[in-house]
Amino acid sequence: MFGNGGNGRNGREKQDGTDDGAIIALTGIRKVYDTGAVKVEALRKVDLEIRRNEFVAIVGPSGSGKSTLMNIIGCLDTATEGSYRLRGEEVGGMSIDRLADIRNRRIGFVFQNFNLLPQLTAFENVEMPLLFKGVPAKDRRERVETLFEQVGLADRMQHRPVELSGGQMQRVAIARALACEPDIVLADEPTGNLDSAAGSDIIGKFEELWAKGHTLVLITHDGAIARRTRRIVHVQDGTVVDDAPAA
Amino acid sequence: MRTLALIVRLFRSAAKIQRKRMILTVTAIAWGTVAIILLLSFGEGLKRSLETGKRGLGEDIVIIWMGETEKAYAGLPAGRPIRLLPEDVDLALASVPEIASAAGEMHKWDVQLVNGRTALNKRVVGVHPAYRDLRTSFAQAGGRYIDELDLRLKRRVVFLGDKLAKDLFGAADPVGKTLLVADSPFTVVGVLNKKRQMSMYGGPDNDRATIPLSTFEAMFGRRYLSNLVYQPTTTALGPVAKRHLMEALGAKYRFDPADTRALYFWDTIEDAKMMNAIMIGLEAFLGVIGALTLIIGGVGVANIMFAAVTHRTREIGVQMALGARRLYITGSIVLESLALTFAGGVVGIGVGVTIVQILAAVQARVKSEAMEFLGTPTISIPIAVTTVTLLGLIGLLAGYFPARRAVSVQPAEALRFE
Repeated sequence: MFGNGGNGRNGREKQDGTDDGAIIALTGIRKVYDTGAVKVEALRKVDLEIRRNEFVAIVGPSGSGKSTLMNIIGCLDTATEGSYRLRGEEVGGMSIDRLADIRNRRIGFVFQNFNLLPQLTAFENVEMPLLFKGVPAKDRRERVETLFEQVGLADRMQHRPVELSGGQMQRVAIARALACEPDIVLADEPTGNLDSAAGSDIIGKFEELWAKGHTLVLITHDGAIARRTRRIVHVQDGTVVDDAPAA
Repeated sequence: MRTLALIVRLFRSAAKIQRKRMILTVTAIAWGTVAIILLLSFGEGLKRSLETGKRGLGEDIVIIWMGETEKAYAGLPAGRPIRLLPEDVDLALASVPEIASAAGEMHKWDVQLVNGRTALNKRVVGVHPAYRDLRTSFAQAGGRYIDELDLRLKRRVVFLGDKLAKDLFGAADPVGKTLLVADSPFTVVGVLNKKRQMSMYGGPDNDRATIPLSTFEAMFGRRYLSNLVYQPTTTALGPVAKRHLMEALGAKYRFDPADTRALYFWDTIEDAKMMNAIMIGLEAFLGVIGALTLIIGGVGVANIMFAAVTHRTREIGVQMALGARRLYITGSIVLESLALTFAGGVVGIGVGVTIVQILAAVQARVKSEAMEFLGTPTISIPIAVTTVTLLGLIGLLAGYFPARRAVSVQPAEALRFE
């Protein structure tokens, strides 16, 4: 879906500065957690736009609201206020099942702790979003096999997560995130539970995906990793304090 | 179809956890199932036992005794005795089309019956032949009941209750033998087929001698019937038959057909209705006790499902993040709960049926009055349907509420869960 053609088109958009390439457009996003006695404002007035084939790092200290931001971008949580347009479509007010479909088709997730289902094989884990999408069995098999080749784990498909190393698990998770050809891949501290070699390998994988035309958003507190992306968004105290191309 | 396949898939992936707790839950459901099956089976057995007992007296019959008028009628004063004659049976049959069959009956107590050196004072009744079917007084093989010819020829033939036959003749076959009834020789023509009789008037049928009504009249110089037994064409027409009979007899004996004291009616149809109502109440009561026991098992299932859902919160969060709709998740949880309930139900039904069968076998061997009254525990289709329906319902509910809770949180929150 996002082959070289898409890449080329994206490049053109960057040049003329139009925003019809914006996949994600957050305007005035506010998120308040109401825990009964205390109201915590995790995000206040966040405006953020992410375009096709960007490679963005969202960085900030813990408690800055970057995870909340990622949850909202990923439709895992809904904003208290503000507008979120995903490829021009307003997400606020969508039904729970509609949001599930959006997550299924448009967004791929990579988590810090991999979040693979332990009782399923690697193959079955990657197959799951395709199952939810309703892809027929034969196409599912082909797609999953392609994905495993892409992440270089074709020989590990029938292993269970416990039989895989951290780096391998994260690569399975990446394969799973890509299964339904999403508009955007969201990665929340994808290297947080990995040693530096495996972490570097995973970031390398992301660079590869970006080169192929994918849009990637990384949440991290690691400056070294952030510097390998192309744009760094600093979040602090629930708002964007700095947004600049990576040096 | 796709949704179902998906649900089954998610269920299979989740069902491998918490084995020990699962076994306990299945046991609780099995226990409840055994309880409900046993209770309902005993209820059914008791019901059937009561039904056969009722047939001992006769099915859907009405018995009339003679009374006195309570109301003045057609210039005649109240307090006149009304006495029916044997020919009133013919009158009833001829003038009331709603009466299918009728028989007159005369009683005499303490009539001496002598066979050789054995002498007993027993009750003797004279009847019309139709009495046999009305009062389920069938002869054992090799014998017969009083028939029309006996009646017409005033034959000296006697039909004995099975207990009486044994007391008089011992183990020997009395049919064809001669018995002295009030010093007159009678030929025994038949012996009552053993039956269980739960309601009676004047004593059980198995301990009396029956002779033709005409012979009875001639021997004992009686004119009036002790009582009259009839059966309406259908149970629904019972009240109509009664009204018409009162009109016919009232016209003949000049009493008000609305005079309830002129004749006494024992309507076993009404009794049966009442008995039915009581049985339904009893079955409902037993069913409720069983159901409550089963529901306790259901609470166990709900409990383990809540625990499982909490335990798997993150997993559910992951599934939601990957795009699982609510139905997929609730479906797989409900399916799991149904599977637990189903497993418990299968075990419980197996154990319950086995216990019922063992009890029935024991009962067939050990003869006791109380056990006989209690009846053989019986599993019927309605019992099976009730049990299975209840199990299904419990499985659904015990899964539904935890499932609803599982999908009520935002995926982000579920993913944060440790």
